[in-house]
Amino acid sequence: MKYVDEFRDPKLIRQAADEIRRLARPERHYRIMEVCGGHTHAIYRFGLEGLLPENVELIHGPGCPVCVLPMGRTDDGLTLAELPGVVFTAFGDVMRVPGTKGSPLEHKARGAEIRMVYSPLDAIKLAQANPGKHVVFFAIGFETTAPSTALTILKARELGLDNFSVFCNHVTIIPAIRAILDSPDMRLDAFVGPGHVSTVIGCRPYEFIAQDYGKPIVVSGFEPLDILQSIVMILRQLAEGRSEVENQYARVVPWEGNLPALRVLEEVFELRPYFEWRGLGFISQSALKLRDEFAKWDSERRFDVPGIRVTDPKAAQCGEVLKGVLKPPQCKLFGTECTPERPVGALMVSSEGACAAYYNYVHRMAMAGAAESL
Amino acid sequence: MKTLEEEVSVALPRVRFKDARIEMAHGAGGKASRRLIEGLIVPLLGSPLLAPLADAAYLDVDGARIAMTADSFVVRPLRFPGGSIGELAVNGTVNDLAVSVAKPLALLLTFVIEEGIATETLEAELQAIADAAQRAGVQVVGGDTKVVEHGKADGLYITTAGVGRADPRARLSAQSVRPGDQVILSGPIGDHGITILLARGEIDLEADLRSDTRSVYPFVEAILDVAAPGLRWMRDPTRGGVATALNELARDSGLGIVLQEEEIPVREAVRGACELLGLDPLHIANEGQFLAVVAPKLADEALAAVRAVPGGGEAVIIGEVREQPRRTVLATASYGGTRVVDMLVGDPLPRIC
Repeated sequence: MKYVDEFRDPKLIRQAADEIRRLARPERHYRIMEVCGGHTHAIYRFGLEGLLPENVELIHGPGCPVCVLPMGRTDDGLTLAELPGVVFTAFGDVMRVPGTKGSPLEHKARGAEIRMVYSPLDAIKLAQANPGKHVVFFAIGFETTAPSTALTILKARELGLDNFSVFCNHVTIIPAIRAILDSPDMRLDAFVGPGHVSTVIGCRPYEFIAQDYGKPIVVSGFEPLDILQSIVMILRQLAEGRSEVENQYARVVPWEGNLPALRVLEEVFELRPYFEWRGLGFISQSALKLRDEFAKWDSERRFDVPGIRVTDPKAAQCGEVLKGVLKPPQCKLFGTECTPERPVGALMVSSEGACAAYYNYVHRMAMAGAAESL
Repeated sequence: MKTLEEEVSVALPRVRFKDARIEMAHGAGGKASRRLIEGLIVPLLGSPLLAPLADAAYLDVDGARIAMTADSFVVRPLRFPGGSIGELAVNGTVNDLAVSVAKPLALLLTFVIEEGIATETLEAELQAIADAAQRAGVQVVGGDTKVVEHGKADGLYITTAGVGRADPRARLSAQSVRPGDQVILSGPIGDHGITILLARGEIDLEADLRSDTRSVYPFVEAILDVAAPGLRWMRDPTRGGVATALNELARDSGLGIVLQEEEIPVREAVRGACELLGLDPLHIANEGQFLAVVAPKLADEALAAVRAVPGGGEAVIIGEVREQPRRTVLATASYGGTRVVDMLVGDPLPRIC
């Protein structure tokens, strides 16, 4: 398959791994954060950690949308799902995210009308087909998915659709990276920059990382060779004492970003003064809400959303794992009470979550031979 | 020192079904289905013949060994490129018998029909059943019809029971599988699942793809003719896909299965859809493929026999059984990366058959 196979070429992958080994100075320990959950998944799926020398450590960042969403927001969304006449729609990733009274799928089994959609535009189609019902789209994601939500809201306005609204949980990546850089437990050397988000926002917003914090960042694609090449580029910068924003994923990411997408974001959304992130706490100006002129399609303004705040289950250490302070298996619940099938924390739900990726690709390997508990 | 058999036969932890309600995932053929069956159904209905939880049960009746199976079909939409619910009902049941090395003989069919369905629609399915039964060499010998109110059955549900004559040349079981055995896959995977997904029109993707629904009995017969003594285990990888079927083998045999990722045939359209939607082709349902585990000495003969049957040209050996890692399926890529292939968790594609 074009644009996939050439980035999984065994010979090139081995060459890149050799180059990393050559560049990594043995006396030094490198801590590199991959910001994006898509990278975390790819790193485990392709077994890339096994190709790196021991002193090149990858730290999994906060770029997994369902992982950073506090449980209270899921509960708020599910409160809407329980209202009579409401059809609750969301991406597949959201369906198994635990709320205090169970996941959307469990609510569905109890009778709530919950549908998985692949695109928010499908939620619009549902609203058109069910004029007697109100369709809520549970919007989630970084700048990657926010433009499609924005376009959907514009579409709803164009159609004059009354029975559709968006419960907006979109967040922005830059404030989260800044929070991590400012966090005292963080000692990072460099970043593998998010690929999908950057297709929208471009590379310029990362300049402060290189200029103000002196850390290299390389925006990367998602195939094995992309990620290894990005690590090579990072190690070269470190070896040469540079800190720059570089774009490994230039075949997809334009330096200036996607201007039409940025325009619709600007048109439909504005920044919330602050928003809660799991593990990172409240971060100012880190999330999007609908502008006043779109209030009609804003679930939070059409319905009485309770604004539930829930602390994570005490034993679960999602926050520490999200910040990269703990590795997934160091959490007390990992692999025992919290598994991909019965997740306690969201990091075990999404395929992009560090815990689910680690569980599926590393833990199962380590446990191989032990009696499997179903 | 314990023998391999003794180590393997150490009872697996008993599964208890703790879920408060039935969710779609319990019907997806993956982990949750297995938990429902082992944790709730078997403890209440278990019998020695049910215990192996195979695709068919064997009954010895006056010296003849009879294989029995049952299946139900709730696919949505009823018709899709390459097939329809009626054709699936015949082939699905025939295939459960085929991979139990039984020659399919007779089918019973039960229709649960929704009030208001066009006679034309029902007639088309009856015709599809007649055609598929003729192709598979099996007779429809009875059945039942029920009609339920509008809105209750999504057009049509079909339940089947199948009877076959067990072939005396081979006795299959997960316990007979040995390290070194080869895993044969009959052809490209994921065609059925992705075809259904696209046929629903819920996502804006188009591809030239057809369901692979067909009887696999001719291939089984071809293997039996040349490699019966080496044939150890077979399964048709329907819901939950190849990954789930092989995980069940790994679990039941106590052995490891190592796949060569590049050897697994997947059509471009299926690969593309899976990459886009974040699905693993190994988890996608098939309705016309089978997996066979064959002793190394006879594996090449078995493979050649499958390839010689029309429609078997894409069969390949995708991996082998190893002593380690126990109860685990691995896939290795040519650059050296290795991953654990788990059973299907959750239900990405409900009501696929």
